[in-house]
Amino acid sequence: MSGVRTGYVRPVDFKHGCVDLTHGGGGRAMAQLIEELFQRAFDNEWLRRRNDQAAFDLPAGRLVMSTDSHVVSPLFFPGGDIGCLSVHGTINDVAMAGARPLYLAAGFILEEGYPLAELKRIVESMAAASKEAGVPIVTGDTKVVEKGKGDGVFITTTGVGVVPAGVEISGDRARPGDRILVSGTMGDHGVAIMSLRENLSFETTIRSDTAALHGLVAAMVEAVPGIRCLRDPTRGGLATTLNELASQSGVGMVISEAGIPVRPEVDAACEFLGLDPLYVANEGKLVAICAPADAERLLTAMRAHPLGRDAALIGEAIADPHRFVQMDTRFGGRRVVDWLTGEQLPRIC
Amino acid sequence: MKYVDEFRDGTVARGLAAAIARDADPAREYHLMEFCGGHTHAISRYGLKDLLPANVQMVHGPGCPVCVLPIGRIDNAIEIASRPGVILCTYADTMRVPASKGLSLLKAKARGADIRMVYSSADAVRIARENPGREVVFFAIGFETTTPPTAVAIRAAKAEGLANFSVFCNHVLTPAAITHILESAEVRDYGTVPIDGFIGPAHVSTVIGSQPYEYFAEEYARPVVIAGFEPLDVMQAIRMLVRQLNDGRAEVENEFARAVTRDGNAKAKALVAEVFELRRSFEWRGLGEVPYSALAIKPAYRDFDAEARFGIAYRSVADNKACECGAILRGVKKPTDCKVFGTVCTPENPIGSCMVSSEGACAAHYTYGRFKDVAIVPASA
Amino acid sequence: MCLAIPARVVELLDGDDAVVDLAGVRKRISLALVDGVVLGDHVIVHVGYALARLDPDEAQRTLDAFAEAGMLAEAAATPSP
Repeated sequence: MSGVRTGYVRPVDFKHGCVDLTHGGGGRAMAQLIEELFQRAFDNEWLRRRNDQAAFDLPAGRLVMSTDSHVVSPLFFPGGDIGCLSVHGTINDVAMAGARPLYLAAGFILEEGYPLAELKRIVESMAAASKEAGVPIVTGDTKVVEKGKGDGVFITTTGVGVVPAGVEISGDRARPGDRILVSGTMGDHGVAIMSLRENLSFETTIRSDTAALHGLVAAMVEAVPGIRCLRDPTRGGLATTLNELASQSGVGMVISEAGIPVRPEVDAACEFLGLDPLYVANEGKLVAICAPADAERLLTAMRAHPLGRDAALIGEAIADPHRFVQMDTRFGGRRVVDWLTGEQLPRIC
Repeated sequence: MKYVDEFRDGTVARGLAAAIARDADPAREYHLMEFCGGHTHAISRYGLKDLLPANVQMVHGPGCPVCVLPIGRIDNAIEIASRPGVILCTYADTMRVPASKGLSLLKAKARGADIRMVYSSADAVRIARENPGREVVFFAIGFETTTPPTAVAIRAAKAEGLANFSVFCNHVLTPAAITHILESAEVRDYGTVPIDGFIGPAHVSTVIGSQPYEYFAEEYARPVVIAGFEPLDVMQAIRMLVRQLNDGRAEVENEFARAVTRDGNAKAKALVAEVFELRRSFEWRGLGEVPYSALAIKPAYRDFDAEARFGIAYRSVADNKACECGAILRGVKKPTDCKVFGTVCTPENPIGSCMVSSEGACAAHYTYGRFKDVAIVPASA
Repeated sequence: MCLAIPARVVELLDGDDAVVDLAGVRKRISLALVDGVVLGDHVIVHVGYALARLDPDEAQRTLDAFAEAGMLAEAAATPSP
């Protein structure tokens, strides 16, 4: 990518301009967009060098890498947007290994015709999220697809981090007797998104909980280095994540409905639409599994952190060859909390 | 949530469970059918079976309008949606119902049909208003609860002169279904599915009132207790049925008195009567042809009848041979009696409609209760 | 069948429409099927329409009946001195 002399070139029109095919063409227009939008917003020593890649040294420890594509619709929602979501999401995936996230890469697929003013909002939101988290976006890519072949903006972020020696966090490490904790209220993000869907719209003060969790994870690992599992319950919600962990670890689980924190508004929104909060996505929460003796200390450490104030102990792993996740209902019975079937759809019946 | 949480109180539930256990006569069995899919769902979701004595058995009835929708009608809906320029508006419940040729509305949407999920019939009218150049068809399903909203939509479309709006009407009627079950060979002649009493649907009854059930109580000598939607309502209704049976009574009682009256919603009933008329017969999945069990749009509103507008011909399609939905809907068999339950037929890959809707007996059992079936298998397995 | 929820009417709008509230979530619905609804009433809402007014006195009576059943059962179970 070559440098562009700005003196003789009209600046990108961020007020009224739209993405067009030249922005992905590899030529001057693309270079200009990259410089005036992405480089300016993300600004750091790697981007300033204008290479197609970034080179850096890594501290000691094992390398952790993760990637995520973001296709959320709508692109802007109460509490966030696809930009900060893409930064938080990948930081969180790296953090769930107990790793310290270090660098991010960001690939954009833009749809022809998408307003540059909105793209600028998204990129600036990403930059803010990246700066706040202390994880720079050091390299990236931009492509443009014809109108109708994209949903405005798709973003793929890849992150690398390092996990210190002695920390071994993995979804297959849960054992019978281990305790299961969540870092806060369930279902906020999914409900915030749904409140904007064209034929379902309802008014609510619920905001997406999108957040970078690496600070919380660091505090947790410091308090309990022997944490068994960490995972963030994104698509498919808490129920899906618990089923994944149960399956990976070869254990069953029993959780308590009364112990799972859910905001009253999230409960109410789910009632309206016939949804179950356990299956609704979260973007700023995590599930942790630890040895029984560590549970108290871990819970205290979580609650001491701003992103873990509503942390709760919700259940425990048990021996079960069928790997069912069972729940003691508020009502006094017990039922299975199964895998999500396809996409959770609202119902009238 | 007011009027919700109080009716889900676990402590009160234990009191009611004890009351039922005390009232149930250990010398006999009680077979109670809950007709409404919402009740099936509540029973499964809250694990009510765990709270009932062993001699009080629940039989799941066909009160799930999605479950009883025949394959042929979904085929018709897909056919309509596939016509160029049509926007088909539907409640999300129908999207995954398996139809012919391995299709469903969801799959048809993936292939390019413009199918939109709506929360309300009013949304469909709005879409018609906003898209004057397109034909907008509302896929109307549901029992008497959901019919008045369709009537309102049709009248609104007529008042506005929305020439591009029509309704594909599949509304069905509760009393007809109950009669059909009671008349079915298994129940009437062979008594192989003893049904001692009914839990009447909650929200259907807010519209039709408690009066229509008086016929059943009298003609078939079976008690009916209309129950609210929450688990405590269902438990109380079970208790009331047990007491009626002990006393040898066969009356209509109303546990859902906070929302149901004897006459129901006169305004809603009048609107429905203005727009709809009875079909002589209608096929119900699993029950075959049921007389006077469904509604069609009256001639006065024929302009809004999608079947007329699109020249839809109904073709009956038989269920997969292995599928036991029919027997399950009539309460003759349980999900676990079906050879394909949980193996070939799962919520991910439903063969029959009992597995598609979360209220269907099979889906409810699979999602909430199947772990108990497995527990019966000895530890060495 | 027929998922419906009891919600409180918090705003009356043009025509037959109203805004209802359930634990802080608000939705616009139609009152076309129920007459005489006033602010503060609770209504049963199904697919965007109110189907019936909820009677608070009957609701309380129902809750009382639950409690009574529980107490009777308890009294019967408690061995007499």
